[in-house]
Amino acid sequence: MADIIVGAIALGLLWGVFALGVHLTYRILDIADLTVEGTLTTGGAMAAVMLVNGVNPLLATFAAIGGGLVGGFITGVLHTKLKIPALLAGILTMTACYSINLRIMGKGNIPLPPAGSKKVRTIFTPLIDFFTKLADKHSTESSAWFWNIIKSSNFSALLVGLVFVIVVSIIMYWFFGTELGSAIRATGNNQKMVRAQGINTTVMIIICLMLSNALVSLSGALIAQYQAYADISMGIGAIVIGLASLIIGEVIVGTKTFKRNLIALPVGAVIYRIIIALVMKLGMEANDLKLFTAITVAICLSLPLIKNFFLKLFNKRRTTAPAGDNSDLNDDKEV
Amino acid sequence: MLKLTNIHKTFNPGTINEKKALNGLDLVLEEGDFVAVIGGNGAGKSTMMNAVAGVWPVDEGTIEIDGIDVTSKPEHKRAAYLGRVFQDPMMGTAANMNIEENLALALRRGQARTLAWGIREKERGQYRELLRTLDLGLENRLTTKVGLLSGGQRQALTLLMATLKHPKILLLDEHTAALDPKTAAKVLEISEKIINENHLTAMMVTHNMKDAIAHGNRLIMMNDGQIILDVRGEEKKNLTVEELLHRFTKISGGELANDRMLLNR
Repeated sequence: MADIIVGAIALGLLWGVFALGVHLTYRILDIADLTVEGTLTTGGAMAAVMLVNGVNPLLATFAAIGGGLVGGFITGVLHTKLKIPALLAGILTMTACYSINLRIMGKGNIPLPPAGSKKVRTIFTPLIDFFTKLADKHSTESSAWFWNIIKSSNFSALLVGLVFVIVVSIIMYWFFGTELGSAIRATGNNQKMVRAQGINTTVMIIICLMLSNALVSLSGALIAQYQAYADISMGIGAIVIGLASLIIGEVIVGTKTFKRNLIALPVGAVIYRIIIALVMKLGMEANDLKLFTAITVAICLSLPLIKNFFLKLFNKRRTTAPAGDNSDLNDDKEV
Repeated sequence: MLKLTNIHKTFNPGTINEKKALNGLDLVLEEGDFVAVIGGNGAGKSTMMNAVAGVWPVDEGTIEIDGIDVTSKPEHKRAAYLGRVFQDPMMGTAANMNIEENLALALRRGQARTLAWGIREKERGQYRELLRTLDLGLENRLTTKVGLLSGGQRQALTLLMATLKHPKILLLDEHTAALDPKTAAKVLEISEKIINENHLTAMMVTHNMKDAIAHGNRLIMMNDGQIILDVRGEEKKNLTVEELLHRFTKISGGELANDRMLLNR
């Protein structure tokens, strides 16, 4: 059980990088960008191919970011220059990515290590080796369970995920405090005003889409190394997972300040993974997961409306009751 | 300061909704001019403002700002010369950002956005001073999100933002029309004060003829995408609403019956 939880946290953190990327478009630009379903796979595919060919894992992971930058750029140009609605622009790039990803991988699935070879070094390998050595030295009969967790690949992935989430969050916090970052945030708010302040909104939208998809590809590269394969379908439904993480995080951590917002994303992603791990443990089939996630997100997104509906119902009952004046309540609702 | 020469703009050309919004418009603004623009609905007042701001390219004609031909420059490039306040108080500010962040965006109008920190410490003092002059109590709310402010407060803030970096021309497009009368008067008063103190060149579109007569040194009236009346100085000071209506009827040939209410509002 402990290993399952550690694994869920690790996977959650790796998907946390993805959630941070989705936040850039969904919350900051106010665009639901479906490109991510393609660029997540691109990141995984690029990293996997490079790892199989013996490229340094750190280098391979960062090189995968390039795929996201290109994907985001294409969606940005389709949307701003060619005036295609953002949703459709994302779908177009995502669809194109499917072919590109197959070209990159040469087949639908690349296992890490590939069939026939014994081992492939990933970004987690040095840590796993280190902890295994440490465990071998210190493990005793009574503390074996503890050292078993420490030397598991899940624990190393958790640490790596944590480092990436923290570093990315700090960079994002800094970036959106700069003049350029402020201009991008304002673009998501009010394009007319931003142009009146002499800012080229087209460039801002393209930059933001590129940065978002860069994070998504980075996340894809990490996820592929964690699950030990890159698969052509690994991006399917990713946007829904991203939104689920985002909403869960926002509800639990809140959105009062940008700092909170940033913390909310990985927290949401981890909680989502833990929930998934638990329902799987309770016997849900893996095939039903996407249905489960989609329904959860649909409910979460419609929560304000549902809440309003029940408030109204509640108020109606109050007004039909003879005594009491609830005009205050009604006023609140109007606002 | 501003020179519009033979501006033409047609919306939806070749369709059933074709609308000739500007029809050979000529206008020259001298430095320091504060022009009130009036005219009925569809006269082309806002279209003229948008043509100057570069919201879309004009079909014909040239636009010069301070001797620079900006006709082919996109909106965000022209913004370096222009301060703009819109009719909708929501349009001039970024709702999810706080007051100082909005002001900081405006302070960098016309400059490239770099990776330098978005607000410098010394700017805050400047912002506080400027907000104090509005007399709306905003000077102590620098970190309040703009979305939480009232329409009047947002419009006053937009005015500050539009003039923070001394624009060559200030464009006020019915900027008090969406406010209640009391707030509208206050925002108008602030506008006048900022324009006078900074010796700005300004154009103000309004539906209110009294305001048009009371403010500015010049008044132009538009009809069918052209300027049909242009009064200034002493002559403008002595204008009355009745006389303005009378002159409108005479020049435009009795179309006023349709426009009277709009003009009078």
